[in-house]
Amino acid sequence: MHKSLKFRAAIVSLVLLTLFLGIWEGLNIVPTDTKPLTEYELLIGGASQEARVPPPSSVIVRAYDELSNPFYDAGPNDKGIGIQLGYSLYRVLAGFFLAALIALPIGFLVGMSPLMHRALNPYIQVLKPISPLAWMPLALFIIKDSETSAIFVIFICSIWPMLINTAFGVANVRQDWVNVARTHELSHLKTAFQVILPAAAPTILTGMRISIGIAWLVIVAAEMLVGGTGIGYYVWNEWNNLDLTSVIFSILMIGVVGMLLDTALGRISRMVEYEE
Amino acid sequence: MTNHFVEVEGLAKRYPTPDGSDELTVFENANFGINKGEFVCIIGHSGCGKSTILNILAGLDEASEGAVIMNGKEVAGPSLERGVVFQNYSLLPWRTTLKNITFAVRARWPNWSKEQVLEHSMKFLDLVGLNGVEHHKPSQLSGGMRQRVSIARAFATQPKLLLMDEPFGALDALTRGMIQEELLKIWEETHQTVFMITHDVDEAILLSDRILLMTNGPQARVAESVQISIERPRNRTDIIHHPSYYKIRNHLVDFLVNRSKELSGSAAGAEVADSKHPLLVDPANEADDDLKQAAG
Repeated sequence: MHKSLKFRAAIVSLVLLTLFLGIWEGLNIVPTDTKPLTEYELLIGGASQEARVPPPSSVIVRAYDELSNPFYDAGPNDKGIGIQLGYSLYRVLAGFFLAALIALPIGFLVGMSPLMHRALNPYIQVLKPISPLAWMPLALFIIKDSETSAIFVIFICSIWPMLINTAFGVANVRQDWVNVARTHELSHLKTAFQVILPAAAPTILTGMRISIGIAWLVIVAAEMLVGGTGIGYYVWNEWNNLDLTSVIFSILMIGVVGMLLDTALGRISRMVEYEE
Repeated sequence: MTNHFVEVEGLAKRYPTPDGSDELTVFENANFGINKGEFVCIIGHSGCGKSTILNILAGLDEASEGAVIMNGKEVAGPSLERGVVFQNYSLLPWRTTLKNITFAVRARWPNWSKEQVLEHSMKFLDLVGLNGVEHHKPSQLSGGMRQRVSIARAFATQPKLLLMDEPFGALDALTRGMIQEELLKIWEETHQTVFMITHDVDEAILLSDRILLMTNGPQARVAESVQISIERPRNRTDIIHHPSYYKIRNHLVDFLVNRSKELSGSAAGAEVADSKHPLLVDPANEADDDLKQAAG
């Protein structure tokens, strides 16, 4: 009777899912009329005038259809889910790595130098709380390209958690370890790469993990605004098509990809973690 | 007085008081020398500035007054010529035991080949009896083993002066005894010059050639330099039966319990102001004189 915790948790998860899907499916049964349908009702396709959220069964069917051919391309408004997610991932990763390229060195500088910390902190504090989407009009005006503007928005929202965590991690490296570097006459560069970077790596990776999570949240909204391609555009486009089945399916896909991104960063951060 | 290998001259450390109106003197007029191959311990109550003196010797801290001269050159900033063993081991936790040592060896001899670095590092791991755990991370080792790694790292770089800041302070008494004995063994093989802080009188007698005694802070001074004239090699179990052992021990304990307070601060300054150098004491032989007098 004493099954593992993992097994029991899986059972509870499955029961909850079945319950949830069952209720959802149950609420969607079209009321059957006892009277035969009039000619008008037959014409408009049923007795119910009310639009309904599609039941899980049709979402599952749609998911099967979409996932069995994820990379088809039948014109600008009809691309496979894989292509749309691919576009979004490309923008998120491009913006994220650009942000890392800037945030890590500046974070190092801010963390190492109390002077730079004081000098740059006011700017960081003002720029950090700005909603990344607020930059969109300015980005579109300056960059004049919707694709690049979306990447810029991802860049600007990814940069802050990475910068702040890098600065914090670097500033809080244990003095003992810095002293070890000093007594072994390590150069500044060697101290940075052999002592401070590995010591601060877990904190830096935490910042990167927060960043990629925010970037994935923001890309959906950004693509709804700029349009053209991407999972955000796909959701909005299917809403315009009144295809709620596809909307629900794509919402689920956004969740799954977000989870995979987080898991990937989690794996990497476990590689650099150390126990004191 | 320039014939010592390390010469500490008129060292003082002062901090501004929080309101900035005055200065707080932690210690002043610290004058002492360390000979090559000598094992010197320094004892004093907390707050007398022992650690600050050690950090200044290491080049990690700066003195407000005075200078440290080693081998004819003034100490300015940290150097591989002075190795440090910290109380909290200060191993890099993301590196394995072996890599913590190769890291130091490579820093000391950047031109050595990989095999040379490895061989030299393993030799010193063997010396502290740690072969077999070279691929463990420090977090997988006990406190005693970590401190052994730290000692191996310091000895492996063969510094001209080894500084140890209460290296056994965080260890339990049994482990401490074992590592003290290992340290003695390594020291007898290498005759490394050592300057060590301790709170443990027995440890100091067991290990040192000379013990420096500091009065209480603030305005602490190095008041006495006590010669430990117990012949080597020594070991933990036999040394306590040595006829001089308790004379030395009583002298040290008496200093720590009574005189470190009496001599502290400016009140007692007048008496010793003329003698800036610590009083040289040899309790073992002095006591002998007393005995002779009593016998005569």
